[in-house]
Amino acid sequence: MKIVVCIKQVPDTKGGVKFNPDGTLDRGAMLTIMNPDDKAGLEAALRLKDQYGAEVTVLTMGLPKAADVLQEAIAMGADKGVLVTDRVLGGADTWATSTTLAGALRKLEYDLIITGRQAIDGDTAQVGPQIAEHLGLPVISYAQEIKLENDSIVVKRQYDDGYHMLKAKLPCLITALSELNEPRYMTPGGIFKAVETEITTLGRADLVDVDDSNIGLNGSPTKIAKASDKVKKGQGEMAPEDADPVAYIVGKLKDKHVI
Amino acid sequence: MDFTLDKKYEMAQNLFREFAQNEVKPLAQEIDEEHRFPRETVEKMAKYGFLGIPVAKEDGGQGCDPLTYVMCVEELSKVCGTTGVIVSAHTSLCVDPIQTYGTPEQKAKYLPDLASGKKLGAFGLTEPGAGTDAQGQQTKAVLDGDEWVLNGSKCFITNGKEADVYIVIAVTGIVEKRGRKMKEISAFIVDKGTPGFTFGTKENKMGICASSTYELIFTDCRIPKDNLLGQKGKGFGIAMHTLDGGRIGIAAQALGLAEGALETTINYVKERKQFGRSIAQFQNTQFVLADLATKVEAAKLLVYKAAMKKAQYQQDHKTSYSVEAAMAKLYAAEAAMEVTTKCVQLHGGYGYIKEYDVERMMRDAKITEIYEGTSEVQRMVISANILN
Repeated sequence: MKIVVCIKQVPDTKGGVKFNPDGTLDRGAMLTIMNPDDKAGLEAALRLKDQYGAEVTVLTMGLPKAADVLQEAIAMGADKGVLVTDRVLGGADTWATSTTLAGALRKLEYDLIITGRQAIDGDTAQVGPQIAEHLGLPVISYAQEIKLENDSIVVKRQYDDGYHMLKAKLPCLITALSELNEPRYMTPGGIFKAVETEITTLGRADLVDVDDSNIGLNGSPTKIAKASDKVKKGQGEMAPEDADPVAYIVGKLKDKHVI
Repeated sequence: MDFTLDKKYEMAQNLFREFAQNEVKPLAQEIDEEHRFPRETVEKMAKYGFLGIPVAKEDGGQGCDPLTYVMCVEELSKVCGTTGVIVSAHTSLCVDPIQTYGTPEQKAKYLPDLASGKKLGAFGLTEPGAGTDAQGQQTKAVLDGDEWVLNGSKCFITNGKEADVYIVIAVTGIVEKRGRKMKEISAFIVDKGTPGFTFGTKENKMGICASSTYELIFTDCRIPKDNLLGQKGKGFGIAMHTLDGGRIGIAAQALGLAEGALETTINYVKERKQFGRSIAQFQNTQFVLADLATKVEAAKLLVYKAAMKKAQYQQDHKTSYSVEAAMAKLYAAEAAMEVTTKCVQLHGGYGYIKEYDVERMMRDAKITEIYEGTSEVQRMVISANILN
């Protein structure tokens, strides 16, 4: 079985968020991690590999630096890494991203595609299902458990009021939740292997059946009006100890013409 | 010379750091107080290959190098000195001599299980009357047919009761060297559970309290003739060479303890307020921290250099790393003691309380100046080399 896992390098929220002047994220300037839902998707793929035997390829789109996340995945046990990188692909929203990834996936062999449910930077949960749509594949989202049954996949899907048991014929696409599993660590030997493994790099010209009007910032219907990091709240003002608290607050509200 | 770490080392460091934070740190205080060997951590480390880092892939290891191994011990020791020494004693003192001196049969029998962490290793040289003075050894091994018969005892053995495979040094006869009668010393591999091999006292220690430190007792303990490690009579050289490697592991443990204490203290002094400002704003704090950080960096360079020298030895089987290992251990151990002591001081009264990590780190640091050759012995090794 051939599994492709789509993973994304996302800002490590511990390191602070930085923006470009156009409101998109300045990914080059931030500390990064593998998106947690994607990591769970990778773990699910590696467990299928352990259990049934499979070739696991990890696919990402991003700056050349995004190769780091592919190497991390290989150090955890993935077999191959594919990086889609090209200046013209920059600034992509979910539509342009899924179009691009689908264009790359048409070049790759797969029986199963796994993506994370959503990335912690954009939180849209759109790219996975959109890829399935582009490729004409069935999609099962919010996977909690994944089992293989002959040429089908059986998935327990998380829902607000319970769960669904769904069966789909391969090939299909699954979106994984970080609650799905506890991802494994890399191994030291895996790291040594990962740095020796050649990452396949694809550019715009390598994408199959993709129109220029659907890629990069220009191909993105989403327009960002404004983006900012969380603004810290001011320290506030303490009422003097001898003040009548109600009168003090009412006075302040009147000063600001709130009342 | 480029001091930037290669990508693979950077990734390995991140791995060990993440593992240490998630799996080791939460247990450090508890196992120290309970004097409990962290079996669960050893199992997790085994799963991720931490117990066979510098072992060739064909022998069941990770196929990495001494520097990667050193980084593992360093990162573990940053949060728990005990966990660091478990890996160090296993890898440097048991796996390494089997790798270096073992016959193909011994390697095939022992290395896969040790490197995968299915079995844990230990090393027995020290005796009540013989630590650094190897000629004081009393444990004897006598060949009887197809078996060696061991009698005697070993003390202060790290991973003591928890290990499965032991490298044991024993006297196998008397030889004449330059007209003087000397004890002939040999090395052996002994499996746990061999009749006649039992455990004595568990040591109640000042630091590394969760490490299993025991006395090993051999009473007519019969092991197969083939369990002789290396040539008969070469045991002293094997032990010394093994300790050269072991010292790099302990130096890494000391480095980790110093770094861990320093990191904790840097956070503490920024938060702790006295006289209306953080104590990090006092020049005394700043100067002390500057000196400690400099020592830590110097220790790191010595430790990494020793590890790289050992890597060179593994390639050419000629390069000596004895002096580098001694310097790394001497400096890192003394730095660990000084750094942890001053970090306790910067914590004030809180540093003396067990709830604060620096209290444990200071107790753990002391042993690094003592085991696998005291600081005085390291000075002997270094001076003998420079005066020779």
